[in-house]
Amino acid sequence: MAIRERLSGNEAVAYAIKQINPDVMPAFPITPSTEIPQYVATYIANGEIDTEFIHVESEHSAMSATIGASAAGARALTATSSCGMALMWEELYVAASDRLPIVLALVNRALTGPININADHSDSMGARDSGWIQIYAESNQEVYDNFIQAFPIAEHEKVHLPVMICQDGFITSHGVENILLVEDDKVKAFVGEYEPEHYLLNPNEKMAVGPYAVSNYYMETKRAQRQAMLEARQVILDVAKKFEEMTGRHYAFFEEYRMEDAEYAVVIIGSAAGTCKAAIEHIRSTTGKKVGLVKIRVFRPFPEEELAKALAHVKAVAIMDRSEMFSATSGPLGAEVRAALYQAKSSVDTVNYFYGLGGRDITVADFEQVYENLEKMARTHEPVGMYGYIGLRSEQGKEV
Amino acid sequence: MVQTAYNFKEVMSKPERLAPGHRMCAGCGGTITVRNVLRALKEGDKAVIGNATGCLEVSSYMYPYTAYEDSYIHNAFENAGATLSGVETAYNVLKKKGKIKDTYKFITFGGDGGTYDIGFQSLSGAMERGHDMVYVCYDNGAYMNTGTQRSSATPQFADTTTTPAGSVSAGKVQIRKDLAAIIAEHHVPYVGQTTFTSNFKDLYTKAQKAIYTPGAAFLNVMSPCPRGWGYETSELMNICKLAIDTCYWPLFEVIDGQWILSYEPKKKLPIEEFLKPQRRFRHLFKKENEELIGLFQEEVDRRWEELKNRCN
Repeated sequence: MAIRERLSGNEAVAYAIKQINPDVMPAFPITPSTEIPQYVATYIANGEIDTEFIHVESEHSAMSATIGASAAGARALTATSSCGMALMWEELYVAASDRLPIVLALVNRALTGPININADHSDSMGARDSGWIQIYAESNQEVYDNFIQAFPIAEHEKVHLPVMICQDGFITSHGVENILLVEDDKVKAFVGEYEPEHYLLNPNEKMAVGPYAVSNYYMETKRAQRQAMLEARQVILDVAKKFEEMTGRHYAFFEEYRMEDAEYAVVIIGSAAGTCKAAIEHIRSTTGKKVGLVKIRVFRPFPEEELAKALAHVKAVAIMDRSEMFSATSGPLGAEVRAALYQAKSSVDTVNYFYGLGGRDITVADFEQVYENLEKMARTHEPVGMYGYIGLRSEQGKEV
Repeated sequence: MVQTAYNFKEVMSKPERLAPGHRMCAGCGGTITVRNVLRALKEGDKAVIGNATGCLEVSSYMYPYTAYEDSYIHNAFENAGATLSGVETAYNVLKKKGKIKDTYKFITFGGDGGTYDIGFQSLSGAMERGHDMVYVCYDNGAYMNTGTQRSSATPQFADTTTTPAGSVSAGKVQIRKDLAAIIAEHHVPYVGQTTFTSNFKDLYTKAQKAIYTPGAAFLNVMSPCPRGWGYETSELMNICKLAIDTCYWPLFEVIDGQWILSYEPKKKLPIEEFLKPQRRFRHLFKKENEELIGLFQEEVDRRWEELKNRCN
């Protein structure tokens, strides 16, 4: 029987770590992910797990030591947020190109400039090209479930890529919700014993990691990483299926909410999907308008074909980005979704909205406005511009 | 700690753990440091060798060839300390879980750029945490891999490509950082400073102590660079001898906080003897720069006295 609990997102991830009992966790504190290493340190202090904690002096060293531990043959992970991830940037690429099955518990927080501790996706979106698999969550339940699936995906022989399990800072990481925990023995069996094939401490072979690769070789390493990312698609689905058999909870590349007959759709990532669902229920029950939502779970590898198919029948789409990239056309999710639609020869009207930067609130009313805008856009076919901002305090905000 | 009488012939006949065929320069001190530190490993012991980005890394592990007879990991420029921390911790866990039976030692190499400067924080962290590893700095006194830019290990007045001697410049303005002393202040159980002496005993015995002292150890090895220093490759051993006989590069160790002088020249030579054979100090021998050699000598004397006081 599943265990009923009330946990915050950070507690849920820490609990998953406890159940997995990994070998090595180097970590450095940064709000709002700090609690994760704190909980793990407490489990260690009380003899509840065998994990060795490395008290590194920075996040750069956290990822460096995680890479060292993983290359040595240990199951290794770390946790961070925002500027902590920015400091590990160089190492994210090293982890991916070394093909190490590291898991990173990322608690999404705005990157500094100005400093801000609240949720947005600028940290992980900036790292979207680093070669990591990225899996996002709407709720505490989802981040817990995703975390349990992370190592089986990362360590799969066809993948060998690092995985980032993302949750929204404070909203998910500190919000306490009801949660169903899987029993320890089931988690252990699901994740399994880590038995790497090649590693530094292998008694049967020596190994060298991290070569200087000149132009004759570098490009092949990138293509090999791409192949792993392609293979990861099926592995992610297979692991999700196995997880569903164990828990009854279904996961895919994305969740389609009221999409079966939807004419107007929002595409979004993370906790704001919950607010959007409330808006959908309100609109449908009061007006009967057919509105729906696609919530992206897996951003890397990006499920472009599946997404284009899910949006094939709608009249207009709002793509919602929780991070800026200062492009004249869109944010990161906007760019990916539009490329997917273009490739599928879809002519659906799209608009890209920026919302929730630095933890700015987004409300049910905001989403209702978004759906109204979509309806108008589909009716008039008048171009509304490539993008807009939601919830700005300045005049520009009222465009939306 | 294992210490046996030093037998030059025996030591030099041990199997090489850095295979020939790497791409380091002729007359490179870095390679000599690596070969001789690795000789101090017991033959039955396995090792994981770490490496900061630098000449050594790009010349000894160029895909698909590695020159190392042991497992090896290069990660980046500034994180050799943290990377080996991870490897060593993994070893402890896997050993505890019974997944590994062999004894492994952990030795990482970094140039002075990767050690004194960009990798300083990572090194300090690894030393403070007390991982059972050895960090070996092959100190050639500048960023040689990128073409002889100054580092905090570059001696004052050296002509480098970012501190060129010119009509209004006499080379590097600042004096060099004393990294061995800084690491000693981390209160690690073993710190050694050495270079190449005629029979390599000093380097070998210090490497042996560093590797087989439990806990974090640091070795600072002056490793001359013919390209950056500007000497004939055949002059390497003479340069090292002059460095220790002028007391420019004193040999010492710090064992559990106790400072021990390893060598005191019978006759301390004037610093000119060390400076003269090197192109990087050529400008100091111009008539108008005479007083700079005096300043260089003063700094060497001051540090030598300071060291002798610490060793008393």
